[in-house]
Amino acid sequence: MNRAGLAVAGLSAALLSVAPLFLDAYQVDVLNSIGLYALLALSLNLILGEAGLFNMGHAAFYAMGAYTAAILNTRYQVPILWTLPLSGAVAGVFALLVARPVIHLRGDYLMIVTIGVGEIIRIALINDVFGITGGANGIFGISRPKLFGLTIRQPQEFFYLIWGCVALTIFLFLRLKRSRFGRALNYLREDEVAAEGNGIDTDYYKLAAFGLGAAWAGMVGTLFATKMTIISPESFSFWESVVLFMIVILGGAGNIAGVLLASFLVVGLPELFREFAGARMLVFGLVMMVMMVFRSQGLLPAQGRS
Amino acid sequence: MALLSLQNLTKNFGGLVAVNGVSFAVEAGSVVGLIGPNGAGKTTVFNLITGNYRPDRGEIAFAGTRLNGLRTHRIIMLGIARTFQNIRLFQQLTALENVLAGCHYRMRGGIIAAMLRLPSQQRSEQEAVERAVRELEFVGLGEQSLTVAKNLPYGDQRRLEIARALATQPRLLVLDEPAGGMNEQETEALIGLIMQIRARGITILLIEHDMRLVMRACEQLVVLEYGSKIAEGPPEQVRFDPKVIEAYLGTEDDV
Repeated sequence: MNRAGLAVAGLSAALLSVAPLFLDAYQVDVLNSIGLYALLALSLNLILGEAGLFNMGHAAFYAMGAYTAAILNTRYQVPILWTLPLSGAVAGVFALLVARPVIHLRGDYLMIVTIGVGEIIRIALINDVFGITGGANGIFGISRPKLFGLTIRQPQEFFYLIWGCVALTIFLFLRLKRSRFGRALNYLREDEVAAEGNGIDTDYYKLAAFGLGAAWAGMVGTLFATKMTIISPESFSFWESVVLFMIVILGGAGNIAGVLLASFLVVGLPELFREFAGARMLVFGLVMMVMMVFRSQGLLPAQGRS
Repeated sequence: MALLSLQNLTKNFGGLVAVNGVSFAVEAGSVVGLIGPNGAGKTTVFNLITGNYRPDRGEIAFAGTRLNGLRTHRIIMLGIARTFQNIRLFQQLTALENVLAGCHYRMRGGIIAAMLRLPSQQRSEQEAVERAVRELEFVGLGEQSLTVAKNLPYGDQRRLEIARALATQPRLLVLDEPAGGMNEQETEALIGLIMQIRARGITILLIEHDMRLVMRACEQLVVLEYGSKIAEGPPEQVRFDPKVIEAYLGTEDDV
């Protein structure tokens, strides 16, 4: 990253970290939503942005994590934050299972399959599979997280939990990006035949991208469940997957800063346009169209690194 | 024993016999040219060797290992590297990142090692970058390491592909039309590069239409026509073979 980039990143981080002191509860809650979407988009970015695998069913993995956390917490009284690793594992393993048979599919074909997976999960949740998902009503009474003896309740408190996770995710994913693993995903995106032809096990890395991206989304599911205390299938609709897909493409697939910026725009702008009431999605849609026409590579396109 | 041997290799695409019972061997340390008119099946033979296609019949063996049915990355790991006829670089990535792809399978460290920046992972990265830089310098692209691949001139892109292949530390390098689209000076430089690669002890098998390159760089030629081998031998012998002249260099009659 160049100096200007570092300065912008540092300034944004500083601004964000004091934001709750100046904003009201509603505004902080919007920032929390943005944070959750940013986490999900960063996890999808591994699959879609870095590895170039068209996944439009990311909400399914998010749902798997959220429901795992909710079920463990409400039925077995497992402290909610303790469910994090298990939510991640369940979502990750599920992703590996569904991706294994279809991993050789390319582009749009893979996208259709992932849309199908997303819908199957959502409908299964509505139909109360195994009698543990609570059907269309979902699961309620999920407990608040406890951290060092402090129970997190207020939006301001959640703000630091969620954005702390965003910071940690950025830190880890930046390291991943600058490694053998991260590069292998980029080789896949650029030219699969050439990647395989240079000794890279393309099937393995495709699955690894899916598994890791899904596991991360699963852990975000835990955060979502404890923030809302109630979860239902409607939170994990196809629209969620589309929004996440849009954030990654809009931000510049493979660019972490771009994905963060796009999270603010895609989740934040509709809130700013609330006065327009019914017209706000129209405005939002127009912005998207103009954007894609004039800057189809994304706000901050991925670039070769030194 | 030959480093690479093809026995009675056959590949059909639907009704078309692309490669028909081809057998030849590549001795360790040699430079062998695979030539023939367009559509003779040369690239198909390459794709069979590197596992991009599976042979319908026949055997491929490399240094005593049977390659039939192995996945491409496994074959690369055994010590065969290749370039592509229609340059397949990672266009959006830098020259260095492209060459690092070749280093990939000899490196250590997965997701966890990368996230924790383990010392072993850091060392592996360091070594890979050093190797990649050496290979870039070897092909004369030392100054271009941070240039994005798609911004390189055509001839440099061909050489970058060779550097990436060399980074896998192969015993056999398979080049598919390395001089394709190159001008005279670039081809001249390429012949020099091929000699230098051979001097490193790497065996070379290449497809080429540029006869000056083939005649000067290759010790042994295999000629294909309509998927079948029609001649084999040293260049000075093959060039006077009536069958080859008729099939491929037949322009002498046309004049």
